Amino acid sequence: MELWSLLPVPVQSLIATVLIILPLLGVVAWYTYAERKVIGYMQVRIGPNRVGWRGLLQPIADALKLMMKEIIIPTQANKQLFLIAPMISIIPALAAWAVIPFDAGLVLADINAGLLYVLAMTSLGVYGVIIAGWASNSKYAFLGSLRAAAQIVAYEIAMGFALVGVLVAAGSLNFSAIVMAQQGGVWHWFWLPLLPLFGVYYISGVAETNRAPFDVAEGESEIVAGFHVEYSGMAFAIFFLAEYANMVLIAMLTTLMFFGGWLSPFQGIPVLESLFAGVPGIIWLLIKTFFFMFTFLWLRATFPRYRYDQIMRLGWKVFIPITIVWILVVALAVVFEVSPWWSATA
Amino acid sequence: MGFEKLLFYIFAAVTLFAASMVITRRNPVLSALYLVMAFVSSAALWLLLEAEFLGIVLILVYVGAVMVLFLFVVMMLNIDVATLRARFIHYLPLGLIVAGIMVFDMFLVLGPADFGLDQFAKPQSQPADYNNTAALGQILYTTYLYQFEIAAVILLVAIVAAIRLTLRHRPETKYQDPSNQVRVRKGSDRVRLITMPAEPVPPSLTATLGATHTEMTE
Repeated sequence: MELWSLLPVPVQSLIATVLIILPLLGVVAWYTYAERKVIGYMQVRIGPNRVGWRGLLQPIADALKLMMKEIIIPTQANKQLFLIAPMISIIPALAAWAVIPFDAGLVLADINAGLLYVLAMTSLGVYGVIIAGWASNSKYAFLGSLRAAAQIVAYEIAMGFALVGVLVAAGSLNFSAIVMAQQGGVWHWFWLPLLPLFGVYYISGVAETNRAPFDVAEGESEIVAGFHVEYSGMAFAIFFLAEYANMVLIAMLTTLMFFGGWLSPFQGIPVLESLFAGVPGIIWLLIKTFFFMFTFLWLRATFPRYRYDQIMRLGWKVFIPITIVWILVVALAVVFEVSPWWSATA
Repeated sequence: MGFEKLLFYIFAAVTLFAASMVITRRNPVLSALYLVMAFVSSAALWLLLEAEFLGIVLILVYVGAVMVLFLFVVMMLNIDVATLRARFIHYLPLGLIVAGIMVFDMFLVLGPADFGLDQFAKPQSQPADYNNTAALGQILYTTYLYQFEIAAVILLVAIVAAIRLTLRHRPETKYQDPSNQVRVRKGSDRVRLITMPAEPVPPSLTATLGATHTEMTE
């Protein structure tokens, strides 16, 4: 600990960043494996099972394969933008992790406006998609990027309103404060008083990451692969990484804002609380996050793709009114100190 | 302090570079993307001024939403550079006049008398736990409540007007109304089950029960 405080601050931040990014990339790599395996079992197949024990080394094989491949740049494509686009999509996906707390006090940048920062970073990711589609000089890619742009603008409003509800409920934009406002066991977490906002947030998150059933931006049965149809090799892999990093991020944010983050679900329950007292907070956080990551895959294996006008209708005509009404309800509940969530003692 | 100054110069240079690229690029998509870059770097400048709420909201609103819509439109334009260039000389005098007025205005505001470090006191730096967002909300919803509400109503009017102006019902477009489709119920709207008495079979056909379909329907 003493050695740590002796290090200059930039070096500390650098080490902390590496400690966040490396496990994240590991999770992302094996998340792709988990997706193929889980969807495989849901469709009564085995999934990847050749590389390593039960196919566990499949992500490494995939990464090696993609690194060996040539990056083909289409003729008439805007070369600079074509190559910048994957970077623009991965950088915000990783940068958003700077404000995520993994346990009490275990956070890289404990800033006041953490919630806003995350919302701003996730809204930047769409530029990668738009630029990729435009710079490829391809009709399918362009259609994909137009779809992505319209979809993301629609769902970001609902997402932002859902976060306003969280902000009203917690009285802070800081993630640690939001988690601490949910203390007191499962029934004190915000998923219960903010149930409609939780639903809207999670579904908007699925839409924002362009995942099935909202994957019209890369709908393979309609526009081949959408915005990344012209990409190959590592340039494609970066898009892939960004998408999965965003999914992990959405799962983590849902956990932090609606499911009590690192708090134990057994708080306040007599026997169970002491029984599980030794479990570190980060374990609870990861268990909850992995559940929501699994839900992403579950959704993909369950639902067919939405039609485009239905996506727009859901975003504008269903989600936004729901969130506006529920923000009002939450604000009234906070003003009148509805127990047990906003009682004056808490 | 030195590091902060370095950051300021970097972001200021990027802002100036991006802003000049916005007006010199021929391709409007590139111009829009450079505008995004200018927004991001000026947001960084605001962060250096400890205005983190404004900085992040600049990215969230302008970069995350407004410029996405802007790009959406600009990307679909089919712009012919030749016609643009032909009109360049035509509009040049007017453009020069407007530019001249702007420069004169800027000179009045930012002239040597009103410019320089002694004119602008260094903003006081706040302690680390100072909450910019809460302070801004406090001011907006108390001191400037009326102005804030009036601005909100003006924006609402603009939204309603914009929607009314662009909303056209064109009867020739074949449009599926999702709300009608959603309202379809499982039972009666999809399949109609009717009860009817069995058709009497003509006695001539009862003899040839294994008759072909065409004969049956006669």
